[in-house]
Amino acid sequence: MSLDTATVRRIAKLARIRVEEPEIATLQTELNAILGYVEQLNAVDVTGVEPLSGGAQMAMRLREDVVTDGGIADKILANAPDREGRFFAVPKVVE
Amino acid sequence: MSFLPELTIAAALDGLAAKDFSALELTRAHISAIESLDPQLNAFITQTPELALEMAGAADAARAAGSAGPLSGIPLAIKDLFCVEGVRTTAASKILENFVPPYESTVTAQLKAAGAVFLGKANLDEFAMGSSNTTSGFGAVTNPWQRNGSNAKLVPGGSSGGSAAAVASRMAMGATGTDTGGSIRQPASFTGITGIKPTYGRCSRYGIVAFASSLDQAGPMARSVEDCAILLGAMSGFDARDSTSAERPVADFRAAAKRGVKGLRIGIPAEYRMDGMSAEIEGLWQKGVAWLREQGAEIVDVSLPHTKYGLPVYYIVAPAEASSNLARYDGVRFGTRVDGEDLIDMYERTRAAGFGAEVKRRIMIGTYVLSAGYYDAYYLKAQKIRALILRDFTEAFAKVDALLTPTAPSAAFGIGEKTDDPVTMYLNDVFTVPASLAGVPAMSVPAGLDAQGLPLGLQIIGRHFDEETVFAVGGALEKAAGFSALPAIRAGGAK
Repeated sequence: MSLDTATVRRIAKLARIRVEEPEIATLQTELNAILGYVEQLNAVDVTGVEPLSGGAQMAMRLREDVVTDGGIADKILANAPDREGRFFAVPKVVE
Repeated sequence: MSFLPELTIAAALDGLAAKDFSALELTRAHISAIESLDPQLNAFITQTPELALEMAGAADAARAAGSAGPLSGIPLAIKDLFCVEGVRTTAASKILENFVPPYESTVTAQLKAAGAVFLGKANLDEFAMGSSNTTSGFGAVTNPWQRNGSNAKLVPGGSSGGSAAAVASRMAMGATGTDTGGSIRQPASFTGITGIKPTYGRCSRYGIVAFASSLDQAGPMARSVEDCAILLGAMSGFDARDSTSAERPVADFRAAAKRGVKGLRIGIPAEYRMDGMSAEIEGLWQKGVAWLREQGAEIVDVSLPHTKYGLPVYYIVAPAEASSNLARYDGVRFGTRVDGEDLIDMYERTRAAGFGAEVKRRIMIGTYVLSAGYYDAYYLKAQKIRALILRDFTEAFAKVDALLTPTAPSAAFGIGEKTDDPVTMYLNDVFTVPASLAGVPAMSVPAGLDAQGLPLGLQIIGRHFDEETVFAVGGALEKAAGFSALPAIRAGGAK
């Protein structure tokens, strides 16, 4: 299956990556090359095969649902591009 | 006194213990090597000479007090994907250009506790996505090796290309790497050094910038099998802060490296004999088979029928996980922000400016294969074939103790080559990706040179949590190969 330019724009929107008009054709070619390459997987019969999601040879470990860390707001905010007091600041979302 | 950067870690530990030299002297020799070579190689994104000298001083003090750790005073390069508290950590991405982590990765915390010295943060492909180190937002790394009679710049492989170049050129005695689909093993092969990706879960992922969480695994890179064993011993172990960390004892890898291969059954998978593979690589592989046989191993032909589906499965699974992991880079809590008309526009402009082309491609492929209507056809199907790839290994390991294959389908190539389309670059990882998908340990050991004088590695793949056998086979290969060639650009070498 081959992606058209509208789909490339839609994927970029979903991925929250701004794509300028002249980049669309290149991206379309590159993404289609990758999708064309993975097409060979259609030849594999996977009837009755359970999907494998991870590399770990074990069940996910659970822990007590308790606070294990915290009280370091200033350390965390030190990397914020914008802040107000002890909060991250973002452009206005609600009018 | 010998030229200090030439030493192996094992020899340097002996020298430090015998007071032949101090950790400060050893560290100063490496800092000076970095000053003279890194302008050519670009193996470091951030150099930390002050931190290194401080750590070396502490190592000398600890040794004097009789409390030296297993790596006391050993200067290392840390791949810039590991958070080191208070030291800029970029993942080679412009989006993290000014990120200073307020916490320490578990692996680097353990190395610090063992007494290691950190020389700086090593260059890599952006977010570890690449096989040539050319996708770095901080410039490509140059391989210290050159073709006979040529000074054309070659890639060091990737993604741990800065780590590999630093170790091969004697700017560092060892380095941390991470391997998601071959990012330790392929650069080790391209630079004539040794590197091991341990079993998934062996080293904690806590504090390592995430690429594809079900595949990412830290491991060491060094100039001998024994040095890798020493480093892996210090890096491994259970960590409650990584939900996939294995609660298993860490074996004595250093002892295992000297165990030999007598009586071991070594599998040769037919499917790794790929169309168009060079006669040199095929020849080296056969040499490796002969070396192990001569040392008492039994060679067994095996089949891993789904090998050829490894790469296409990887290029669905890894981008899918990356698209999710990299959603956090939105210009809000950390990293670069580019202002926009509103919140969404700010996200989109931030990510467009902060990510490089390969990272954007992989996020977009990942977004697509996880999107409504395509999830089953791509992602779920890939996960099922991943299960078949694991089954291939499980069945092979019922018959043999380890597998021997080439590490990569070629030697190092020129900077700028293989960039015609993304898939050409992806083919570099054809021999390394299956072990990543199965989560089994795998090591690359330098085994010889090609006709152009470039190093080639052989790969040993072992059972889950049986790094010991991998080290045993690696040690035997290393002994037989007697690889002693040196790169053109190295500390103490001819200019």
